[in-house]
Amino acid sequence: MSLLLKNVTKTFQDSGQDAVRNVDLEIRDGEFVCVVGKSGCGKSTLLNLIAGLEKPTSGEILLDGAPIKGPGADRVVMFQEHALFPWLNVIQNVKFGMELAGVPRQEQEEKAMKYLELMQLADYRNYAIHQLSGGMRQRVALARALTLDSKILLMDEPFSALDKQTSNRLRAELQDIWMQTRRTIFFITHSVEEAVYLADRVIVLSNGKDSVQDIVPIALERPRHVYDEAFVEYRRRILSEVQKEL
Amino acid sequence: MTRKTKKENTKFIKLLQQLLFLLGIVALWQLLYFVGVDLLEFWKPYAMPSPAGVWKSLVRLIESGTLFTAIGNSLLRGMIGFLISVAFGTVLGFLMEHFPFLHQNMRPFVMGVQTLPSVCWVPFSILWFGLSEQAIIFVVIMGSAFSIAIATDNAIHNVPPIYKKAALTMGASQKQIYRKVILHACLPELISGLKQGWSFAWRALMSGEVMTTCIGLGQTLITGRNLADINQVMLVMIIIVLVGILIDQIFFRSLERRIYRKRGLA
Repeated sequence: MSLLLKNVTKTFQDSGQDAVRNVDLEIRDGEFVCVVGKSGCGKSTLLNLIAGLEKPTSGEILLDGAPIKGPGADRVVMFQEHALFPWLNVIQNVKFGMELAGVPRQEQEEKAMKYLELMQLADYRNYAIHQLSGGMRQRVALARALTLDSKILLMDEPFSALDKQTSNRLRAELQDIWMQTRRTIFFITHSVEEAVYLADRVIVLSNGKDSVQDIVPIALERPRHVYDEAFVEYRRRILSEVQKEL
Repeated sequence: MTRKTKKENTKFIKLLQQLLFLLGIVALWQLLYFVGVDLLEFWKPYAMPSPAGVWKSLVRLIESGTLFTAIGNSLLRGMIGFLISVAFGTVLGFLMEHFPFLHQNMRPFVMGVQTLPSVCWVPFSILWFGLSEQAIIFVVIMGSAFSIAIATDNAIHNVPPIYKKAALTMGASQKQIYRKVILHACLPELISGLKQGWSFAWRALMSGEVMTTCIGLGQTLITGRNLADINQVMLVMIIIVLVGILIDQIFFRSLERRIYRKRGLA
């Protein structure tokens, strides 16, 4: 798997959304990339472009050499809101993507249970969505996304609507899962701490002439700990980068 | 006492209160009749219905079999008209939502037609179909189909975009978006729209029935007027209200409640 962004620019006429300028970026197989930046710097737009929900104004995005034409299951997105369907229960939600793809029922069942167990949600398989807590809903959404074996998993601030404790627990779980599965993940966040905790590389976006202000590789062993000296140093460095006035 | 029986008890008490309230109204009505007709002779007896008179009418119409035939005929007619309205209205609503051209141009037109009271369709309908079943059913359709179309349009339009986006990024085709997402997501609002459509259909049905001579509640009402029997008129009015409420409660309300509860919206 390789994802290549070549000089990608997106401008909006009615300026309701944030523009992205001249992005050159390569995401490698199995890599965990986090994107940070002030609000309004185009983080979500960049993700929408890769997802195929937006089309670039100029430049191109290539997935394994082929240009992206629209949204697809090879680039599944996990949103800030859980986006689970309230008319389906937990396991039906997890199976939804596989059902679209016409995966045989038996396989759907096995795979759904596998990821529900990974998320420690097997006991909740028949629960309605409204019976779950916010953190559990996001875990169901993650299980649903993982079942699709997409080439890249796009995550748009998935933990930012949760309370601090829950979001810390979920990012630790995500780190575990990543260490086990080595999925390619493109992760948007406004929390520098979250980015340093999770990423192989942190991309700092800004409102400058070029959207990508800096790319910081994080050379820390996993599992990571937020109070390690090196961790704090990375965090300080990236935070000052984000807050830099241009 | 467990929580559940406590809840049932308050429910029972509420029901009892409603019943007592209704009884109070009937008692007041009887008192008004007694004072106004018997004591002061302010109204003539044929100009004022009384609870006792209405009761006698009820017994008479049940014994002659007229009442149940009328209710049956009206319900059947109403259902036929309503079902045609649902078929026509949901398709029209779907098309209006799907094609921006129709949404922009057809929708204001449909909303305009919807403001026309259904009784205004009666002369047109009689000219087309004569004093017949079809004439009444046509009025019912005209009275409810457009409201169902608008409700369907709104219900689909109000589906949160995040559901569509989520399904798209999981690889859904346009057809799958409609079948597996929008159809389900719009259901609560659609059911509410159909419920409203039914109440329009029921009103339109009565407009149609009082103007024609087909057997039904509307015609029984007019017979009451022709016989100058105000008790029968009052009785049929009450029956029309009760049948309308009954369908609303036993069918639509319970359907609505089930869907809302399943989704945690209630």
